[in-house]
Amino acid sequence: MVRVDGSGTSSLIQVRGLDKKYSRGGEEIHVLQGLNLDVDQGDFVAFMGPSGSGKTTLLNLLGGLDVPTAGSITVAGDAITSMSRGALTTWRARHVGFVFQMYNLIPVLTAFQNVELPLLLTSLSKSERRKHVETALGVVGLSDRMQHFPRQLSGGQEQRVTIARAIVSDPTFLLCDEPTGDLDRKSADEIMHLVLTLVKDYKKTVLMVTHDPVVAEKADITLHLDKGALVESGKLAGAMAGGAR
Amino acid sequence: MKYARLLFANLFRKKIRLSLSLLSFFAALLLFGVLAAVKAAFSAGIDVAGVDRLVVINRVSLIQPIPISYADQIQQIQGVKYVTHSNWFGGIYQDPKNFFPQFAIDVDTFRKVFPEFVVPDAQWQKFLQDREGAVVGAKLAERFGFKVGDRVPIQGTIFPGTWEFNIDAIYKGKDGNQDESQFWFQYAYFKERGPERVKSTVGWYTVRVDNPDNAPRIAKTIDGQFANSPYETKTDTEKGFATGFAKQIGNIGALIFIVGSVVFFTLLLVTANTMAISVRERTSELAVLKAVGFSDMTVLWFVMAESLIIAVVGGAAGLLVSMALTAGLSKSAALASVLPIIAIPFSSLGVGAILAFAVGIVSGLMPAYSAMRLRVVDALRRV
Repeated sequence: MVRVDGSGTSSLIQVRGLDKKYSRGGEEIHVLQGLNLDVDQGDFVAFMGPSGSGKTTLLNLLGGLDVPTAGSITVAGDAITSMSRGALTTWRARHVGFVFQMYNLIPVLTAFQNVELPLLLTSLSKSERRKHVETALGVVGLSDRMQHFPRQLSGGQEQRVTIARAIVSDPTFLLCDEPTGDLDRKSADEIMHLVLTLVKDYKKTVLMVTHDPVVAEKADITLHLDKGALVESGKLAGAMAGGAR
Repeated sequence: MKYARLLFANLFRKKIRLSLSLLSFFAALLLFGVLAAVKAAFSAGIDVAGVDRLVVINRVSLIQPIPISYADQIQQIQGVKYVTHSNWFGGIYQDPKNFFPQFAIDVDTFRKVFPEFVVPDAQWQKFLQDREGAVVGAKLAERFGFKVGDRVPIQGTIFPGTWEFNIDAIYKGKDGNQDESQFWFQYAYFKERGPERVKSTVGWYTVRVDNPDNAPRIAKTIDGQFANSPYETKTDTEKGFATGFAKQIGNIGALIFIVGSVVFFTLLLVTANTMAISVRERTSELAVLKAVGFSDMTVLWFVMAESLIIAVVGGAAGLLVSMALTAGLSKSAALASVLPIIAIPFSSLGVGAILAFAVGIVSGLMPAYSAMRLRVVDALRRV
């Protein structure tokens, strides 16, 4: 269940009083102001809002890529806002799968090698890594493109490789920053179908930033960033509708 | 090892740039190796110079003669074991480009003063009995195909006429470090055929002393003995003499140091710039690596390793080729007469390897540090 009032007690992701200020050209910009959020295992949340509203900043904070000015983020009991830079790196490897708008694949590595990257940080053997990578690429439907380089793939295929890379180490949750932003409608639909499969069939928790209302519609709930705080504007799907948020 | 694929994939990302970077190290270390060999060749005479030998020359200049009568007077000085004398002949064998040094030597004392040159006794005896006899170094014999029994004409330049010699003996150095490209003949023959002015003079004396510690005193005594005479002398240790001789060509060591320093400094700037460009091009990729959990130190080592691999592979290739090149040059007949011993000393190979490694480290350091400090959020925002 997703809440924005700070009332959750045992959520997978718990955000309390999150503040983020930037200083740009001598001017202080207060992007996030006392933001609260609770997300449970298996939730699919879409964040929307105008440019500069802090969507990506929130995603970066949730993924441990940035540190807040104030407030706390707890994921599966780990208070990531009090972790050191090194500890955050280790934590990210274990708990977060990133999907970026621009795919950000390594162009000199094949699809297989790109997906294998997060597993290089684990103690898995070569054959175990191979098994995991093949499974992940199978999930995204690219078993026949494993030895292709990014330049040999379409945009939609590249994004699917990115998703395979994000899920290969079975992270606690996925952070998707405009995953369809650089794709045509057909490819975007395919990617969203894949994300929904991950949520429904594999019980993945997904937090996604998007500008596209059609894409946001697929999420269990859409939250708008307004004046640095989250405002609920969607409904939880199906039976969960009407619950406290 | 599991990072090797990523490392090499990045390394081979721009093959032309990689080739040029490798070529930079290759060329720098090739030059270093050859210059080190040249430097060693110029100092070879200095390094093998006897510590117990003094060279006595005319105070005015090496080319001015000194009286032969000085030999007995020098021999009388306390601490002097043997005195021998030599004259520079400066002849041409067939063609001026076939240069090699020829000396008229005092056969009675020469081997006592220069025991490092080994001549088979039977051949030496034959040489002693042959007024027109000559002893040639093994390298010189190999260069022109001289054999014992050959008759060799030498065209005099300082001492005109065609001088004919019989090759009676071939000498070798005791441990391979000696110059084996010389041509010796009897002073008696030189005196007999030479002009009147050389009949009572010699080019220089070489004095062997009983104890190297006495060498400064003996040198002072010799020069003191002939002070204020028409033929004042200048006596120095053989090492000092060889150093002074080498310096006549120029300060080879300083020249090589300056050239080497400029080359390596330029290499450092070029490589550092190349690595910086390479890292800048990959900012978003490095950010992704960090995002998925690669630590700052791992990213730093990725960049450092690339720089080091280029330095070590390029540098090693340069040193190996320079070794092959100098080995080839050492067989060159034309060069052998100018630089008889040409090879890269092992110590220089070590210095070259350390220099390549150091340039690899230093040039990779700044880009690697930038990669390490890279903030994922900033890097992804730049894309």
